Amino acid sequence: MSETVIAIEGLEKAYAGGTRALKGVDLTIDKGEIFALLGPNGAGKTTLISIVCGIVTKTGGSVAVFGHDIEGDYRAARTRIGLVPQELTTDAFETVWDTVAFSRGLFGKPRDDAYLEQLLKRLTLWDKRKARMMELSGGMKRRVMIAKALSHQPDILFLDEPTAGVDVELRRDMWELVRKLQADGTTIILTTHYIEEAEEMADRVGVIANGELVALGRKDELMAQLGRRTFKLFLDQPMTSLPDGLSDWSLRLDDDGATLCYDFDSHAAETGIPQLMRKLDELGIAWRDLTTRQSSLEDIFVSLVHQGDRS
Amino acid sequence: MNPRGVGAIYRFEMARWRRTLWQSLVAPVITTALYFLVFGSAIGSRMSDMAGIDFGSFIVPGLILLSVLTQSIANASFGIYFPKFTGTIYEILSAPLSPIETVTAYVGAAVTKSVILALVTLVTATLFVDVTVDHPLLMVLFLVLISVGFCLLGFFIGLLANSFEQLQFIPLLVVTPLTFLGGIFYSVAALAEPWRTVTLANPIVYLVSGYRWTFYSVEDVPLWTSLLAMGLAIAVPLAAIAWIFRTGKRLKQ
Ligand SMILES: Nc1ncnc2c1ncn2[C@@H]1O[C@H](COP(=O)(O)OP(=O)(O)OP(=O)(O)O)[C@@H](O)[C@H]1O
Ligand SMILES: [Mg+2]
Repeated sequence: MSETVIAIEGLEKAYAGGTRALKGVDLTIDKGEIFALLGPNGAGKTTLISIVCGIVTKTGGSVAVFGHDIEGDYRAARTRIGLVPQELTTDAFETVWDTVAFSRGLFGKPRDDAYLEQLLKRLTLWDKRKARMMELSGGMKRRVMIAKALSHQPDILFLDEPTAGVDVELRRDMWELVRKLQADGTTIILTTHYIEEAEEMADRVGVIANGELVALGRKDELMAQLGRRTFKLFLDQPMTSLPDGLSDWSLRLDDDGATLCYDFDSHAAETGIPQLMRKLDELGIAWRDLTTRQSSLEDIFVSLVHQGDRS
Repeated sequence: MNPRGVGAIYRFEMARWRRTLWQSLVAPVITTALYFLVFGSAIGSRMSDMAGIDFGSFIVPGLILLSVLTQSIANASFGIYFPKFTGTIYEILSAPLSPIETVTAYVGAAVTKSVILALVTLVTATLFVDVTVDHPLLMVLFLVLISVGFCLLGFFIGLLANSFEQLQFIPLLVVTPLTFLGGIFYSVAALAEPWRTVTLANPIVYLVSGYRWTFYSVEDVPLWTSLLAMGLAIAVPLAAIAWIFRTGKRLKQ
């Protein structure tokens, strides 16, 4: 059994306006893992992170960080957490060095210029240490936000949509850094809208929609569930019903029988498509075009939320 | 306890102040110097003495307080409002700091600025008029107490404010008028009724009287009432801030 670093039970949040942003979320995060929280806009990802970090007050449930309650024992909990928020908010007139040193002090750590130097070099910010925040590009600002979050050597790092507005190179650098941090024993929780990103980075993935955790599991298990594709054949002659010979595949007819649809798992070793094509040939079913389409995130959320409704 | 966190905010606030030294120190000192020049040297020579003291000298403690009160509120309210406005407050909220530590850091920095401002203004005043300080230690002590009170008030305003207009509102509409009418330019004893009684309802009269006493050993109201006023000036905003942190959710959603 791996050690639990964050234990969330029945977490509820109703904002003053009445929005129920979280509806009883249960989640545990294990030490040293990279956990991706996947969900569409407004799902409650930022709310969940903000509650754990002490920025938003929960309205129900409990959260413990390394066994410390985030309200009763907030100092012990917060000292171990670093946060890179979704919005780039910085003090325009501060220099890079000052703002990072400020963050370290704020979290109660003694001054350590050698560590900060190494941190800034690692984030390729060393040359910019004397620059004021307002003189930096968006990507550099985001790196400074990461440096601030890491300035007090936290055991847990939250990255709220780290790749929004970030170019390919910075994204690669960032993932490299995240992997190195993980190797050093840091637990990382990131949020994203993109299945590919969760797939690339995470050990475990939680899918959140409408304030509810609708799926949770190891990445490979979940990807099999999420990575469904739809294969469509546009037929020459519409069919009224499926021929018996095709019962091995779970097919459906669309567009009044003009389109044959096949949902398959793109991660499976055997998709069954070559066999299907041969069978269609045998049966003499002619078609003029075909497409395959990744189920969009929306489709997946809709199907997951509906599964949730049924159970 | 997180003294390093308190120190980080304190130094941050002081650095911000130094960056805008013109605006935050030089400008108020120049404004007050103009008062000394006009009311002290120019008009003052034609005014009769107040409570047996030369008019130019008489107004010095009150004018220092006028500047201290407005700048205390401005500095402390801006200090906490600005991170709320820009969003950098997220970091303060996520830090291992208690409400008391947060207030200490912001209010402590604002008090330091106010005390420096007052001392620089006092030195400037000596260039224009004669000033004596009969009770220097008490002069500094009262100055610190009054600054703490109005910096706490400023912090409270900054917590509540949702816009820059609201930030300006209370200082402009309440504190400046009360201070002007608070016996800076005249002794309350010199007023005719009913203005005398009306003026005694103004809490700032008690602060000005007590502070002036540390200079010239004269008082408009008994010294103990001045001390009481200083105590209340600290206790009331402190209670209001404590109430906000305990119940309201002005900083957190
Ligand atoms: N301060 C607030 N006051 C009121 N409602 C809020 C507040 N912040 C968020 N909400 C609401 O709570 C819900 C969840 O918002 P949240 O920011 O947690 O979503 P998210 O998953 O982070 O979305 P995104 O991917 O767009 O960042 C939304 O309906 C949002 O409108
Ligand atoms: Mg968000």
